Amino acid sequence: MKKTMVMALVILLCGFAGPVLAQDKQIKAGFVYVGPVGDAGWTYAHDLGRLEMEKLPFVEPSTYIESVPEGAESARVINGLVRRGHNLILTTSFGYMDATIDVAKRNKDVIFMHCSGYKTAENVGTYFGRMYEPRYLSGIIAGKMTTKNIIGYVAAFPIPEVIRGINAFTLGVRSVNPEAQVRVVWTQTWFDPGVERDAADSLLDVGADVLAMHQDAPATLQAAEARGAYVIGYNSDMRHFAPNAFLTAPVWNWGALYTQLAEAVHNGTWKSEQIWWGVKDGLVGLADIHAKVPDDVKALVQERTAAIVAGTLHPFTGPLKDRDGHQVLGAGETMSDGEMLSMNFFVEGVQGTLSK
Amino acid sequence: MVEILLDATVRAGTPILFATLGAILNERAGIINLGIEGLMLIGALAGFAGTFYSGSPLIGILAAFAVTFVAGSIHALITVQLRGNQIVSGLALTMFGIGVTALFGRGMVGLTIGGLERLPLPGLSQLPIIGRPFFQQDLLIYTSFVLVFLLWFFLYRTRTGLALRTVGENPAAADTCGISVSLYRFFAVTTGAGLVGIGGAYLSLAMTPMWIENMSAGRGWVAVALVIFSGWSSGKAMFGAYLFGGITAMQLRFQAIGTDISTHVLQMLPYVFTILVLVVSTIRLQKGSSQQPQGLGLPYDREDRK
Repeated sequence: MKKTMVMALVILLCGFAGPVLAQDKQIKAGFVYVGPVGDAGWTYAHDLGRLEMEKLPFVEPSTYIESVPEGAESARVINGLVRRGHNLILTTSFGYMDATIDVAKRNKDVIFMHCSGYKTAENVGTYFGRMYEPRYLSGIIAGKMTTKNIIGYVAAFPIPEVIRGINAFTLGVRSVNPEAQVRVVWTQTWFDPGVERDAADSLLDVGADVLAMHQDAPATLQAAEARGAYVIGYNSDMRHFAPNAFLTAPVWNWGALYTQLAEAVHNGTWKSEQIWWGVKDGLVGLADIHAKVPDDVKALVQERTAAIVAGTLHPFTGPLKDRDGHQVLGAGETMSDGEMLSMNFFVEGVQGTLSK
Repeated sequence: MVEILLDATVRAGTPILFATLGAILNERAGIINLGIEGLMLIGALAGFAGTFYSGSPLIGILAAFAVTFVAGSIHALITVQLRGNQIVSGLALTMFGIGVTALFGRGMVGLTIGGLERLPLPGLSQLPIIGRPFFQQDLLIYTSFVLVFLLWFFLYRTRTGLALRTVGENPAAADTCGISVSLYRFFAVTTGAGLVGIGGAYLSLAMTPMWIENMSAGRGWVAVALVIFSGWSSGKAMFGAYLFGGITAMQLRFQAIGTDISTHVLQMLPYVFTILVLVVSTIRLQKGSSQQPQGLGLPYDREDRK
């Protein structure tokens, strides 16, 4: 049920660029979004980051184009941004990777940043966040708050990014509650509120009392609220959808990255690299934890957050076994970035289908 | 378990059912409407906004009907009065619906409303198995049950319904009998659009009480397919809508229970079924008993008689 008709609305936001020194490079940024700004999730979070970047004095009013289909046709949209004089272009979904590289080849004076991909060029860098860190932290809260020891996880697609999140979350859960089990339901869609809601209901029906999710719409939160369960959001702070059920959410804070990026381009220090920032850099984190979570749990989360920031705690540290009992990491080993980026197994404690 | 599954089936199928019934009314009068997806979004937003500002889901539902009725009249104006291309006009309506709801819905994102409550029917709701899925539902679901019957009754048991079907089958003949082809088609397109709008409102009022851009997520296109699947009959449309809803609900629940049936196989089922139905209906077509209205998709102009 993929949306077949997409209308890209181009909105030019009016605003003022502050006074700047003449020799400095003015930034005119263009953003390509995969969803609507009003999705309350992934694209919404990017747009908050864009607005934060705009506050810098040397950043001119930026442009965004929303609901751009992934794949070859996105090149046309990216090209359009180049032609209209944008000198920093950010493409915010995996499926724009080849189109970004393609357009970048022909426009060497423009800097491109592609979110979540792996291809770079001299004027193309990539960026993403270590979302597994806050996922792990949110798992601690879920593990402490469940009484039935069944935690439901509404997940989009079985790809490494989502699987990594489920595993990190489960490791967080099991670090405080080895009895608990995480049940996964795949919706096979990033965005379909109706199906997400039904998936959440199906998990509540089998006894889950805490839900987590990796989706772009907040339907899972509403399901938990309606049935008196707890829920952990994603993408942005969505607590107003579930004032009683909401515990916390692993959230993106793209503003932290976008402002630094604009500064680097402005100062001429930008270079093509693969950015993968974590909690330490402020790109990812947890939304404010709900008051009903006991103080000792909050303290534990704080302690582990500090350990992650200090580099003494890595969620994927051995001994680590997969769901079938095969050893993945020996005692004391930590997983490499490459292994994490291609993760394709469930850790112990996850119940769900995953084709091999 | 069966109760819960049936309950989820009915809830998932209802928005598609309303949309399909609306589309059947359109097509029975000979007008194809590919604007269903856009109309659902317009209905979802109007329903949400109406409920948010008035505090009453009932007002929201009426608003959804009224606003999509008006939006449908654009399609009616183009296809009936101006005799424009129905396919193009419908697709334009879908794109218009996506764009216009995104624009006007901006301020509605993130707002919350009470949503439609379940209203258990006394006595009936206590029945085993069918009690919960059919008699512990909300107002719109009860309305959809009645509507399936009403649409059938209207089309096959009233003179006006007969006239409307004649307009869809053979507008020239209807015209000869003194039936106003334009008036009937206009009525069918606008009222049908209103029903589609209520289907959209079901999404934003009952299924997930919120407004998000594009929240229909392709259900309008499923409805377009279901019209053919149902052979333009409201009873079969109900079956088809619940089949689609049921398979989604079932495969999610199989996953939640932890069975090892491949989700890919389960997700294929509705489409396998669609292919089967299309094969069967094509065979019937070759035997000369097509259910498709013969005047479907053809603009009617009295001066154009062949």
